[in-house]
Amino acid sequence: MSALISVRDLTRVFDVSKPWLNRVIERLPRALLTAVSEVSFDVPENSVYALVGESGSGKSTIGKIIVGLVPPSAGSVEIEGVDLATETDAKKVEAVRDDIQMIFQDPFASLNPRWRVRNIIEEPVAAKGGKTNGLAEKLLEQVGLSAADAGKYPHEFSGGQRQRICIARALASEPRIIVCDEPTSALDVSVQSQVLNLMSDLREDLGLTYLFISHDLTVVQHMADVIGVLYLGRLVEEAPRDRLFNEPKHPYTQMLFDAAPKMDAFGREVDPPKGEIPDAINPPPGCAFHPRCPLATERCKTEHPEMRHIGETRVACHHAE
Amino acid sequence: MTDTPVLSVHDLVVEIPTRHGVLRPVDNVSYDIHAGEILGVVGESGAGKSMTGNAVIGLLDRPARIVSGEILLSGQPIQGLKRDVIRKLRGKKMGMIFQDPLTSLNPLLTVGDQLTETILEHLKVGQTEARKRAIAALEEVGIPAAAQRINSYPHEFSGGMRQRVVIALALCAEPDLVIADEPTTALDVSVQAQIVALLKRLCRERGVAVMLVTHDMGVIAEAADRVAVMYAGRLAELGPVREVLTQARHPYTAGLMASTPLASQGRKRLRQIPGSMPRLGALPTGCAFHPRCEFAQDKCRQEPGPTIDRCDGRAACWFPLTAKQEVSA
Repeated sequence: MSALISVRDLTRVFDVSKPWLNRVIERLPRALLTAVSEVSFDVPENSVYALVGESGSGKSTIGKIIVGLVPPSAGSVEIEGVDLATETDAKKVEAVRDDIQMIFQDPFASLNPRWRVRNIIEEPVAAKGGKTNGLAEKLLEQVGLSAADAGKYPHEFSGGQRQRICIARALASEPRIIVCDEPTSALDVSVQSQVLNLMSDLREDLGLTYLFISHDLTVVQHMADVIGVLYLGRLVEEAPRDRLFNEPKHPYTQMLFDAAPKMDAFGREVDPPKGEIPDAINPPPGCAFHPRCPLATERCKTEHPEMRHIGETRVACHHAE
Repeated sequence: MTDTPVLSVHDLVVEIPTRHGVLRPVDNVSYDIHAGEILGVVGESGAGKSMTGNAVIGLLDRPARIVSGEILLSGQPIQGLKRDVIRKLRGKKMGMIFQDPLTSLNPLLTVGDQLTETILEHLKVGQTEARKRAIAALEEVGIPAAAQRINSYPHEFSGGMRQRVVIALALCAEPDLVIADEPTTALDVSVQAQIVALLKRLCRERGVAVMLVTHDMGVIAEAADRVAVMYAGRLAELGPVREVLTQARHPYTAGLMASTPLASQGRKRLRQIPGSMPRLGALPTGCAFHPRCEFAQDKCRQEPGPTIDRCDGRAACWFPLTAKQEVSA
């Protein structure tokens, strides 16, 4: 089975230097922030690929590059065999763009407050001159709202309902891929479960492929087929869900699992992880995780670990086995 | 544990008069916190959990006001005291940790200045002693090289370190009660684990009573001794953490637990509580939870929900779940 999304050596560097004049006066060098560094993975059709990581790990940047909101600095993203950044055939690019949509974290910021829900949902189709008769009503019912809601404004809805509207909008152009960037982080638990269930149902009914970006391990475990763990812009481990949760290979993954609060661990005394995520402008040499890693040796401080295959797992660590 | 609880709240009612009528974000809430105990307060947004904390510490923004009820700090009533008296208590007797460490620190003062200011205000010590104590406070919350870092500004610290500074600030005048309002929500998982461990350690070592307000059931399970579940301004359930989380008596708590994805339950479809929390201006008649409750009966629709006293001080429900009654999946 060929992959629907194929990411190869994706790298994105942001220039976060001070303004030109300050650099000259204060004699500062350019500051470059490597948000994503040589990340490669494949997402098969009709699967859920999850990217997890803490803040600054580059998970949202990867999502934005895949939908084409941010161009990559190096490497490529191919969707259905088309690289959006370099493809010159406009028709092909258009066709792929119809197939990919995005759901954002904050349903309060991602809906235009002055548009009616009908216009919001129909926009992805209307912008391309498509037919929109009854489309909004049909989609609203599909996401569990009522057709009468089409005439309302976003402020009349609660957070969970707004996220449903965002999902309806993402479905309007009949995409095959939806990139979900922390879709439930802004929602309460009881509403989160409604949205997650809806997303699972839609995936089954419509054969969707999700790229699911989240920091919440329990949500990821519930939704994903394959999980990629990011640390400081690099993919450190990738494995099918059960494999990853039963046998985390990378010390960072193990640390994340240990640190995550557990509902059935009453009064658990944890030895909390040491240190914090390093500065992405000056990442540590060698393996970026070595200052916090319990297994770190001299080799980790100098040599960057390559991605290795161990069974179904791909892991970037000198000591994983 | 001493006999007088550090904090005792009785039938607290907070009201906000608005153009569209009077809202009650906190309605008849009662609980105690003993020394060395962590009481977790959970609920979804709008449940009134932060409002309860703010009412206790006297930080309600107008027009919100305490209408009735009693707040006893070590047995002394503190509601209705003059502003400057409360001001003295705040910091000395009660410390507060807010969600966002960046907005609760003054960006223009060094961390040391902010700590010494608080210490000088509340303790009878001199400038040099205050500085010494400030360094000790920073060391206690685990800031490396505290003697140098004390001259840094808040922006020079990372998020987790900043939250440690806020905790040091809340504890430096040695209060009996600390109210932590979503202290880890803005932090990453690994840093969150550090902060939760720190809170637990300080609580145990110093015998401080902690009110931990959060929406994260996982944090509650790990940190709290007892938990209060709030729904639409009322206490839904109160009890020891293990019992409340494993054998919920109130249908809302049971639903909340079932809708949280759990590692052990795998890929099963999540149970969902239909609908969402009612707005305070449009509370349903009867028990506020009845439109979302699968066990609702006529009594729930007509009569307001009982107080938790009805069910051994555990659940505010007319028909509390028994141990056998499982919420259908």
